[in-house]
Amino acid sequence: MLFQNLITKVTERFSDSILDTTEFRGETVLHIKGECVLEVLEMLKSEGFHFLADLTAVDNLEMGGFERYTVVYHLLNHGNGERLVVKAYIPENNPNLPSVESLWRTADWQEREVYDLFGITFDGHPNLIRIMNPDDFKGHPLRKDYPRIGKGERKDFPIVERNIGTKFRRSES
Amino acid sequence: MDRRGIKSNFLTTTVESAINWSRKNSLWPMPFGTACCGVELMAVLAARSDIARFGAEAIRFSPRQSDLLIVAGRITIKMMPVLQRIYEQMPEPKWVISMGACASSGGVFDTYSVIQGIDQFIPVDIYVPGCPPRPEGILDGLMKLQKLIEKEKISDYSHPHSN
Ligand code: SF4
Repeated sequence: MLFQNLITKVTERFSDSILDTTEFRGETVLHIKGECVLEVLEMLKSEGFHFLADLTAVDNLEMGGFERYTVVYHLLNHGNGERLVVKAYIPENNPNLPSVESLWRTADWQEREVYDLFGITFDGHPNLIRIMNPDDFKGHPLRKDYPRIGKGERKDFPIVERNIGTKFRRSES
Repeated sequence: MDRRGIKSNFLTTTVESAINWSRKNSLWPMPFGTACCGVELMAVLAARSDIARFGAEAIRFSPRQSDLLIVAGRITIKMMPVLQRIYEQMPEPKWVISMGACASSGGVFDTYSVIQGIDQFIPVDIYVPGCPPRPEGILDGLMKLQKLIEKEKISDYSHPHSN
């Protein structure tokens, strides 16, 4: 199917959920509401976008946008090399999306990364735990209201000393 | 004293300086390379710089077999407990070189996850500046460490509860 026809078909079928369609540097961007992301992506996958090239998130705290958080899906059609970006918007008070792990296994770790760094939860994810930060980490550091230098995590360690009798080198050198 | 019984070729020294001499000339490094500095550390081992000239070429990837910890790279909040465990696993006597800006101060990575200087949490003997330090810098740090080892006293290593 021709790319333009596909876009028209998607916008017609999900006319309530598509917020906007834009173009950036030759790539089409589909802006949609968060709750319908699974249906839209399922249809796009069945139309040839087999490959989830990337899944990431944006915090629009001071940038504007339809809602506070955006989750971005980069799709690739290996058959003809076409690319499509889908941006799903979710509100601040309920940062929650359906998981697309059932469509692409690769979304497993990428959704865990988004959860770890942005605190966005994914319904239906098989194992939504932190992937980068330590398990006991508090907060979600890529949110724009999280301080860059953190909340004291990097100072919170026991001090290991040498367990020898005297500290000769420390005092004399 | 009757010298006829003594063969030629001997020298006198103290046990302390003999021990320090052998320690400083046979350091066995444990490389803790977590970033780009680790790659530069490999260059120090290679033919051009050849750390073997200083007796420190026996790189051990087991802390139990080494006495010099070279921290080469950024240490994150997730890595710090690992580094501390590795340090504690090394038997005495042991020394630590903090290699590069990141290990010594966090470097340009002033973020929530990067430790701003490992010396806050483990003892450090030598800091090598640079981003990354040139191999010459690391060799210079190693020679400075050898000078420190030369001055050590055996009594420093007495058991903490014995005095
Ligand atoms: S000091 Fe420079 S070279 Fe070394 S780990 Fe940091 S950024 Fe990399």
